[in-house]
Amino acid sequence: MARVVVDVMLKPEILDPQGRAVQGALGRLGITGVTDVRQGKQFVIQVDGEITPERREQLHALAAELLCNPVIEDFILVVEEDQ
Amino acid sequence: MRIGVVTFPGSLDDRDAARAVRLAGGEAVALWHGDADLKKVDAVILPGGFSYGDYLRCGAISRFAPVMSEVVAAANGGLPVLGICNGFQILCESHLLPGALTRNENLHFICRDQKLRIEDTNSSWTSSYTSGQEIIVPLKNGEGCFVADEKTLDQLEGEGRVIARYLDVNPNGSLRDIAGIRNSRGNVVGLMPHPEHAVEQLTGPTTDGLGFFTSILTSMVNS
Repeated sequence: MARVVVDVMLKPEILDPQGRAVQGALGRLGITGVTDVRQGKQFVIQVDGEITPERREQLHALAAELLCNPVIEDFILVVEEDQ
Repeated sequence: MRIGVVTFPGSLDDRDAARAVRLAGGEAVALWHGDADLKKVDAVILPGGFSYGDYLRCGAISRFAPVMSEVVAAANGGLPVLGICNGFQILCESHLLPGALTRNENLHFICRDQKLRIEDTNSSWTSSYTSGQEIIVPLKNGEGCFVADEKTLDQLEGEGRVIARYLDVNPNGSLRDIAGIRNSRGNVVGLMPHPEHAVEQLTGPTTDGLGFFTSILTSMVNS
């Protein structure tokens, strides 16, 4: 078993109105000093068996082609093979 | 002329699109997302709605529907394809059109009668209009903010591939007021507002939208 975590974030140059709305709410909570909030997505994927190089490539393709739209988003894929 | 209209789970405007095709004088053919079969149609419309509940990203899952592999191959071969609203999002996710549609700048779902300027009449879907013609059709979207990098935007404008721009109000923050674009060949068009809801005086603000559907019938007769 392996746990694969993919974080997807809007590219820095893409406007993130949701993050901006969250930042606006922080001010209303009385929290100061927050200069920026960006909102993203996290996918947690469970995989049977070992993560072979071939398997890793498949997961990378999954992230690049489905989980993330490369026009507007970047992703980071981390394999946690500790189980 | 047989115009296919695809129904995905969550499509809303497939019936209206089919009706617009019939009002323009064409035959509407229902296509199903799960069938890799275009039923020998002469053109395809990807209608508005919330296919697959807009899960993941709008259009991201629809892109992998069996019918889409046929649509992408046929579009690359020159088949005319019009994507309206969610259909536009699917075309961008399928890489048939550049850029992406993201959350409206002000986060609100916008529903209004929207003025547009038709800027390019060289596509299969806009040839019935005159360049610079102003039209009013309904617009209804939550994720209609068109974005692309500067180079792509310059290229779209330089090649005359912006087919329509928002006038008076930019409802969703779309870069350079872009409401619709086409591919280089002109057979694939994506448009965020809804011409299929402006084809009859009884239910639409105007009948200005009919031109998209008469365009395709005329351009096929002429080709």
